[in-house]
Amino acid sequence: MAETLRELLSEDELLRFYEQMVLCREFEESCAEQYSKGHITGFLHLYSGQEAVAVGCTAGLQQKDYILSAYRDHAQAIVRGAEPKKVMAELFGKATGLCKGKGGSMHLFAPELNFMGGYAIVGGQFPIATGLAWGSQLLEEDRVTACFFGDGSMNQGTFHESLNWSRLWDLPVLFVCENNFYGIGTEVHRASAQAALHRRTCGYDIPSEKVDGMDVIAMYQATKRAAEWVRERQRPYFIEAVTYRFRGHSMSDPAKYRSSSETDVWKSRDPIINLSRRLLEEGIATQEQLDDIAKRCLAQVEESVRFAEESPWPEDAAVWEDIHV
Amino acid sequence: MSEMTYRDAINLALKEEMRRDKTVVTYGEDVALYEGAFKVTRGLLSEFGELRVRDCPISENTIVGVAVGAAMAGVRPVAELMTVNFALLAMDQIVNHMAKVRYMFGGQTKVPMVIRMPGGGGSQLGAQHSQSLESYFMHCPGMLVAYPATPADAKGLLKTSIRDDNPVIFLEHELLYNSKGEVPEDPEFLVPFGKAAVMSEGEQVTLVGYGRMAILALQAARQLEKEGISCEVIDLRTLVPLDMETVLASVRKTGRAMVIEECWKSAGLGGDIASRIYEGCFDTLLAPVRRISGLDVPMPYSRKIEKLCIPQLEGIVQGVHDLLNEPY
Ligand SMILES: Cc1ncc(C[n+]2csc(CCOP(=O)(O)OP(=O)(O)O)c2C)c(N)n1
Ligand SMILES: [Mg+2]
Repeated sequence: MAETLRELLSEDELLRFYEQMVLCREFEESCAEQYSKGHITGFLHLYSGQEAVAVGCTAGLQQKDYILSAYRDHAQAIVRGAEPKKVMAELFGKATGLCKGKGGSMHLFAPELNFMGGYAIVGGQFPIATGLAWGSQLLEEDRVTACFFGDGSMNQGTFHESLNWSRLWDLPVLFVCENNFYGIGTEVHRASAQAALHRRTCGYDIPSEKVDGMDVIAMYQATKRAAEWVRERQRPYFIEAVTYRFRGHSMSDPAKYRSSSETDVWKSRDPIINLSRRLLEEGIATQEQLDDIAKRCLAQVEESVRFAEESPWPEDAAVWEDIHV
Repeated sequence: MSEMTYRDAINLALKEEMRRDKTVVTYGEDVALYEGAFKVTRGLLSEFGELRVRDCPISENTIVGVAVGAAMAGVRPVAELMTVNFALLAMDQIVNHMAKVRYMFGGQTKVPMVIRMPGGGGSQLGAQHSQSLESYFMHCPGMLVAYPATPADAKGLLKTSIRDDNPVIFLEHELLYNSKGEVPEDPEFLVPFGKAAVMSEGEQVTLVGYGRMAILALQAARQLEKEGISCEVIDLRTLVPLDMETVLASVRKTGRAMVIEECWKSAGLGGDIASRIYEGCFDTLLAPVRRISGLDVPMPYSRKIEKLCIPQLEGIVQGVHDLLNEPY
């Protein structure tokens, strides 16, 4: 790449990317610890390795744009602006959580941030994203709806129906596939007849591109371009972010279906290390500065855990609340 | 007899039936290489090969539809849906196709297939992953519904399901997979459909359950026995066909009945069974039929309140006390 980072983004923005990625990583690693202590229960899907996608994409969107995700949603919510302590409290099942302890890890939601939810039924978010885009178009709100999903979810009927629909009605949806090569233990070419996932949109006349999902700058640039394209033309667009999850599918998955050499190759492309190397090489930050950022993130995560621990449980009566309006 | 887990009993049933009949095949999401999200299909790929044990895309409606087609072609598919919650994506193929094909084509074809689905709540998996949908399947004619409570029944009912020429919904409880029990080794051991099990005999109250609820009922009966209260525990084993004969015979003896269902109370199977008890035992009932049900709410994640939404041992015990104290 010929361009230097400075030509692309301000120092502040670059350091913010770095800080957000480190915050997400620290948050997820802390979740793993809290899970092993029994403070977090149920299913827990961590995002470690995929940070460049959430951080780069979110930066390429406007705050008014809607974001939806699947169940691997902590980072998506936090980068969008959710307070880590409220996310952690949700994971602890506490009343102070983002969804009052009713949702848990897989179901974060923050409408004031236009974060429209994490969904645990694979492919459940496609039609909802399509509907949100239609709604905001009807209401002339000039929003883009960014719909995040995994490679495995592209084999659900809802994916195909929503792509067709969004192009037919010309709706402002930005589809972002986080291709981490696996749906639980099934590698993408064992589930998808066309394993070049971005090429699957041609049947719906939706333009698409493949982006390095381990490179936060590339993700940012691609999303910014794509989101503006969607906004101007009021038409759907598709990004395939090529990425990797460093951990198993969820906490109960030892990930025996992939080799350690494969994992090592991807870990050498760690998006955080990637960016820090470039920041140092180009003299945008010193090691000391980066260490300070890491310390700050760690402190914030520790504070989140403390907050979650000290928070009250939901009242019993809460089970009957929020069912109907 | 040998002691094994509910998980291993299901695994053994699959292996025995696949050895016995080459037309039995199995597939689902992460069933082969990963050996199942709950490790129920361990060792199947290595023994039977990738033509008979296959992974498939995350496409539930098509998972069921492909089984319907394969069954019509003469194969005996055992499809796995990773959990019962995802059967909701397949309700079209289940209800509109699987359950209808034989009838609407005038009996000219049959659909010998099984859909295995783990389900139930209690693991803090939240609203979309904790459902008990047994009443949904019972409601629709044209398919059979089995829900084993014990490892022996898990083996015997699954083998019967695979050999049966009708489509079978085979429900497994996620919290029972590690439970242990004696299981007959005989590869011809079959548990017939439509024959409830009297798990424990008693005189004062009939407790009717299925799946994990039958196990809870049995635990409650043991606890109540120490207090001198005698309960008869009936495990329905199959919800379709439903063995009301065994239930009614018991209620005629005890005069009191409690139905324990994990599903939501509204339009739940417990209401159906209670009404059948009223119809069959109206003159001998000593008290209104009680129901212990899942709360009519989407399942909350937080374990503090999740347990309020699922029938618990204490609730059953208390319910029996209340039933005996009814002023009739
Ligand atoms: C409808 C449905 N089917 C199956 C599952 C079980 N399940 C949860 S995640 C998953 C794999 C999804 O893979 P992918 O879309 O690639 O997302 P990733 O986990 O890699 O982020 C499966 C099969 C589910 N939650 N919903
Ligand atoms: Mg994936």
